[in-house]
Amino acid sequence: MNAPNVGLLSLFLASILTSNILLANFLGTCSFISISKDFKSSMGLGIAVTMVIGLCSAICWAVLYFVIKPLGIEYLSFIIFIIVIAGVVQMLEMIIDRFSPSLYMALGIFLPLITVNCAVLGVILFMQIRNYNFVQAVVFGFGSGAGWWLSIMLLASIRTKLDKNNAIPAGLKGTGITLITIGFMAMAFIGFSGMIAVQ
Amino acid sequence: MSPARKIMKDGLWTNNPIFVQVLGICSTLAVTNNLRNTLIMVLGVTFATAMGSWTLSLLKDLIPRKVRMIVQVLVLSFYVIIIDILLRAYQPAISKQLGPYVGLIITNCILMGRAEAFAAANKPGASFIDGIANGLGYGWVLVCIAVIREFFGFGSFFGIKFMGEGFTPWTIMVMAPSAFFLVAMALWAANTYKAKAEAKKKGTK
Repeated sequence: MNAPNVGLLSLFLASILTSNILLANFLGTCSFISISKDFKSSMGLGIAVTMVIGLCSAICWAVLYFVIKPLGIEYLSFIIFIIVIAGVVQMLEMIIDRFSPSLYMALGIFLPLITVNCAVLGVILFMQIRNYNFVQAVVFGFGSGAGWWLSIMLLASIRTKLDKNNAIPAGLKGTGITLITIGFMAMAFIGFSGMIAVQ
Repeated sequence: MSPARKIMKDGLWTNNPIFVQVLGICSTLAVTNNLRNTLIMVLGVTFATAMGSWTLSLLKDLIPRKVRMIVQVLVLSFYVIIIDILLRAYQPAISKQLGPYVGLIITNCILMGRAEAFAAANKPGASFIDGIANGLGYGWVLVCIAVIREFFGFGSFFGIKFMGEGFTPWTIMVMAPSAFFLVAMALWAANTYKAKAEAKKKGTK
């Protein structure tokens, strides 16, 4: 168990910018495309995803190193991770409902969807493969969440302008032009790669 | 058209997971810069969708509505674990290259989408065929994309280099943005073709 030797700040920045979970690894694209139509919902979903990824990567790290590895049940790790994610989402839903009903109303429909958001499981599997230590796992989790949040906000702001444009060919409207926009965003984000190189 | 053929056609074209539903591109798009990996992922997704749909369709009357989602995910992850173990045993090199993406088949939206949209209301046999049809419908689009990306990105086909020394690989084809562009192009072509076919139909009537 050798944790990779990377600084925490560069890990955080790298997970937001250069190896953005969405733009470089394609994770969480489904909900990204469907939700980014609406700026407000994007905000809500972004916050929720960031919280869930951060919390889950911390909990799954503990589960991985204190339960799965000592018992030697690595082959069950997918199922265990999914259960943890579902549990965290459910718990978060109850806590938010209890303490902040207005936030619950705003996030309500998106929370259950996060269980099947690939970005959450993806971050956890990356953490497992790259042997991050606990602090790195938490930083990587919140960083990836923030990266996802940033990109959905950017795309939502672009789309509010884009949907009013009539010059787009009929066959490309909606999802097509959104995918192209995401492609351009991904290219822009690759531009950061000279800045930090962490993998 | 017999029901089985109709389901096949739906999955492969009329209701293609990528063109119409825009589902499930997350976990598999990442490996489309290499044809061999793409094929393996596509087979994995097809297997998991078909078997998962079949199982969930068998179990549909036994699952309480409240815990439906989590049961679906658990059944699907069971099949993904089988794929993962098989890959690790027989193709360790590929399994290593694919890294987390095999596990991510679990959260591929197509699996859940078909379980929810088709298997929950249909017989096991039909659900199985529907799973295969959707997996393949999704697969052929991704394979096309992988062929283009590998050709321009590495100058090869199935890992066999056939472009001469003078060929300069297009680095962009290996990186993430090209996949988004190519899916958009494929979507554009499919939509245009569909619109034309529809206009023709109306014209003959």
